[in-house]
Order: sequence, then structure tokens, then C-alpha cells
Amino acid sequence: MLNITQRLNKKILDDDVEQVPVRNGFGEGLLEAADNDKSIVGLCADLTESTRMKAFADKYPERFVQMGVAEQNLAVVSSGLASTGKIPFITSYAMFSPGRNWEQIRTTICYNDRPVKIIGSHAGVSVGPDGGTHQAIEDLAIMRVIPRMEVIVPCDAPEARKATNAIAQTSKPTYMRLAREKTPVMTTEETSFEIGKAYEMWRNEKVDVAIIGCGPLLHHALVAAQELAEEGIGSVVLNSHTIKPLDIETITGLAREAGAVVSVEEHQAAGGLGGAIAEVLMQTNPVPMEFIGVKDKFGQSGTPNELVVHYELDAAAIADAVRKVIKRK
Amino acid sequence: MLLEAGSGHTAGPLGMADIFTLLYFHIMNHDPKNPSWEDRDRIVLSNGHICPVQYATMARAGYFSVEELKTLRKFHSRLQGHPHREYLPALEISSGPLGSGLGQAVGMAIGERMDKGRNTDKYIYALLSDGEMDCGIIWESAMLAGRDKLQNLIAIIDRNGIQIDGYTWDIMPLEPLKAKWESFGWHVIEVDGHNFRALDEAIGEAQSVNDKPSVLIAHTIPGKGVHEFERDYHWHGKPPKKEEADMALRELRTLGGRVVSEHE
Ligand SMILES: Cc1ncc(C[n+]2csc(CCOP(=O)(O)OP(=O)(O)O)c2C)c(N)n1
Ligand SMILES: [Mg+2]
Repeated sequence: MLNITQRLNKKILDDDVEQVPVRNGFGEGLLEAADNDKSIVGLCADLTESTRMKAFADKYPERFVQMGVAEQNLAVVSSGLASTGKIPFITSYAMFSPGRNWEQIRTTICYNDRPVKIIGSHAGVSVGPDGGTHQAIEDLAIMRVIPRMEVIVPCDAPEARKATNAIAQTSKPTYMRLAREKTPVMTTEETSFEIGKAYEMWRNEKVDVAIIGCGPLLHHALVAAQELAEEGIGSVVLNSHTIKPLDIETITGLAREAGAVVSVEEHQAAGGLGGAIAEVLMQTNPVPMEFIGVKDKFGQSGTPNELVVHYELDAAAIADAVRKVIKRK
Repeated sequence: MLLEAGSGHTAGPLGMADIFTLLYFHIMNHDPKNPSWEDRDRIVLSNGHICPVQYATMARAGYFSVEELKTLRKFHSRLQGHPHREYLPALEISSGPLGSGLGQAVGMAIGERMDKGRNTDKYIYALLSDGEMDCGIIWESAMLAGRDKLQNLIAIIDRNGIQIDGYTWDIMPLEPLKAKWESFGWHVIEVDGHNFRALDEAIGEAQSVNDKPSVLIAHTIPGKGVHEFERDYHWHGKPPKKEEADMALRELRTLGGRVVSEHE
């Protein structure tokens, strides 16, 4: 059953559910945050429109810095700006920031403890036809291992809007990943969002498995949960939008209750959300676990849907993983 | 190609069509039937997003069928949205993320020299874009090539004046570009990127310089040959719609209405 207390989109499982790119929510959230806080500044590396920073840049040209195609400079300049009391939001494609400028982020932003908000758009294989060079599927791994960094993956546009406003108010270096393509709108204005607090989107009376995911693939998780319920397999689908700090209490409690976990993310199966969950559960409450993610491969060109199916990230693959993990109990 | 693909880059590839034609059909020593021939010259495409023009030229040169061009950007196609050697081994490098092609070409030039000595006549042609000049790593590679006097390295910059967010002079002015490259130890030639004779001479001059790497700053028109697309940065990364594609092909095949096309 959908969790009614979270006031999710009523059409969430309908065929004609509204579809909006996650990155649009960031664009709206940035404008709101910037209206409320004059210390917010924006920097972009020649991708202002496609990372949805354009509305901000048009409204506040004096608070916008065009960096050109120079992602390493993007990171270090934002760190300098942060040292003068600004809250910099820096945008590019995830493959280039944080892909290209990792060490600059580590040293000048995190080591220096500067509240820079790194926004990586066009993450995941669902980028589609641009191909493997542009499909960031290692970004969560490289960001979550840096001390002080917080890591957030909104599941849809409304959540990205809320997350943008939330991260604007913390003093932490933060990485937020966005997706390019239109994806189902799962949440509403009223759905809660708090950094570090995972929430249930779905729960059956009997819980045989916990499906813990982040990002737009949660829609596939919900479709799988519905299909599994018809087979008599009960589940909880947990939206773990914050990968760091991970909601350890909720995840451990749920693992204990369900006795089996499937993680779901549009990322390498290694090193991302699934890895973070496994690290925690091995210490608190080990249970059988399966990982939905790309299995040590690069992406390629194709439609988003072709690639999600090919790399076994879709509802059918999630349902298979659930059946498998339950047998291991 | 782009119409079939439904996404991709229009301006850069059209602007570089003349240079690709000259390289593949006149300048380069290569064998389409044996792409890994050891003594080939190499084309290293750094600004991978303009790969449609490389694919199209390679097809015409006999690397694969012209029919295959329609698979651009499709699932499992050898013609990936950005060049990928795993899918098409005839490519020298995979690229897409900007700035990394020059350094790879520098490595190839150094390797050549280690094997064949200073006077090797195997050339490495590094194709770069002007937007890439924003990337710091371009200048790291340029400095190294200048220091090591890599005379068998010839870079060609697509100086078309556009990048994604606008014109290069608004986003990140590059001039004086010639002086910049000269100060890094390169022999620099400014050339009209649509004049075959001038390009041919410039490349000949670059080959004859034996104590420096050379760079051609090729002044090109983005979207060249199609009035609607020319010099407009909005065409950097979008494909034409059906009517636009028909109009563009007609204009290209008739040289803007000046000749009769056999396709009509
Ligand atoms: C490192 C990196 N950063 C950003 C991008 C995204 N990007 C692709 S093309 C481009 C503009 C570059 O300008 P140019 O190559 O001159 O474009 P063209 O003239 O072909 O339109 C950008 C920013 C990229 N491919 N690589
Ligand atoms: Mg350009």
C-alpha cells in the first residue's frame, strides 16, 4: 500500500503519471533559496540552461559567475567565494563535477570545510543517447567517502526543490545529484523532506523484504512492490534520499523487521547507496542483501528505457532480486 | 544522421566537414581496410561531440557502410553518441569530456619519437575546439609539447566562436589566441577552415617545421552550408527537425541553390 501519511502523488502508479525532469525542481528551488538568502551565489561551467541555473543567472546576474568549460576552477573558485561568507551553488554535469574535479573538491571545499553545494546533473545511464562518457554512475561512491561531505539524491522534481532549499540552509559541503530525463512525479508539496531522514513510500501488512532506494528508480521499486504484493510477497519501499548522513536507525530497524534488503540506485552496484547500507548492516544487523545497480560496466548510447532494462535496473529486475533475496533468508 | 538519432550536435560537425574531408581524403596516410596499420597517421578527436562528421567521413572513406550512419546514438550502435573505441576500434581515442584529447596526442607523439626517433614522418593530428581552450589541461598538454618540441604533433583548433552558453567572446574570451600558443612554444598558423588550398598549404607548412609542434587556428563557420544554422550557438547541441533537415540537405546538396543536385 502507498504510505498515505506521506501524501504521495495519487497518480503515482497510473500509466499517465505526470513526468518532469528532476533538474527542473533544482532550478525552482535555487530561485526560492536565492530570494530568501542574499549570500547564495551561482557558478556554472558553460551548462547554465541544461543544469537549470539559467533562471537564477537571469534574475541575479550580479550573483552569477560564468566559469567557461573549467570544472577544476569551478570548484576552487567556489571555495574562495565561500570563504567570504557566500553559499555557492556550482553546477555542471555530474561526470565533470564532481567527476573531473574530485581532488579540488576534497581539498579546497571539504578539507577547508566550506559550505559549497555541488550540483551534478545528467547522472545515471538514463542520460541516454549521449553515451557512456556522459553517464555518471560512480559519483555517489567518490563523493560519499570524503569527510564532511553530505550526499543527496532526490527522487523527483518536487523533492529536488525541497532538497535545494534544505541544503541552502546548512553549513555543510554537499553533493546533490540530478537526472536529465523526465521521470514520474512521485511526491507532492506535502511530502516531508528532511536531510538524513529516510521515509517509507510503500508498506504491506506482512513485510518480507525492504527495498531501499534513491532517485527516480524508486518508481520502478514501487511498480515492483505492487507486482510482488499480488504474488503474496510483502515489502516496504524506503526512500533513502540522503546517502550521507545515512538514516542508520530507520534502515537498521527496517532490516531487522524485514530480514532481507534490496538496494536500488542508478549507479555502480558497488560504492553507492547499496554499499553504504551494507557497511552499516554488517555492523548492526546483517541480513541477506541484493544490489540493484550497474554491475561493473560502463554505460552506452540508447534510450533511457532501453538502458535501464539492459543494465537490469527496472521493475522486473528489482522483483527478481527480491525473489532471490527472500530465498536466501 | 542527426534526424534519425533524434539528438546530437549540428553546428560543430558542419563547420568541420571541410577539414575532415581534406584530412581523410588527401592528407592522411591510412588504410580503411586495416585501421590498426602500424604506420598510419592518427586523427585524435578531442571534442568528441562533433563525432557525426568523423563517422560520416569515415563511412565515405570506406571504414564502414554509409547505411550504418543511421544507427548513430542508437542502442548497441558502433556509432556511440560520443566516440567509444570499444564499439568502433578504428577510432584512436574515446572522447566527449573536453580537454583530454591533446594530452593523449602528446603521449602518442612522444611514443612515436621513442620508437622512430626525431625525424619520424608519422603525424598525429589532434583536433580541438575553441570551447576546449577554457580547460586548463589543454595548456598543461600544450606546455609539455612545446618543451619537448614535438614536431610530429599537429593540432587543429575549430575556431568557430561558439560554445554552449553563447559566443566564446562573451563566455570566456580567448584572444589573443595565436600569441598564447606561440608563448607555449608552438608554431601557429591562422587559416580559413573552409579553403582547401589554404588548409593544404598550412598543413604542409606545419609538417615542414621540425623544431616545434604546430597548431592551425582554423577559422570556421559553425553550421556551415546551411543558412539557418550558421553562426548561431543555439545549434551547438540540438538536431534538426524533419523540415529543417530536409531544408538543410537541399541547401547543402545544391550549394544554396547554385547547382542542381542529383538527389532532387
Ligand atoms: C569537461 C567537459 N565539461 C563540459 C562538457 C559539456 N560540453 C560539451 S560541448 C561544450 C561546449 C564546448 O564548446 P565547443 O567545443 O567549442 O562547442 P562547438 O563549437 O562544437 O559548439 C560543453 C561545455 C564536456 N563535454 N566536457
Ligand atoms: Mg566552438
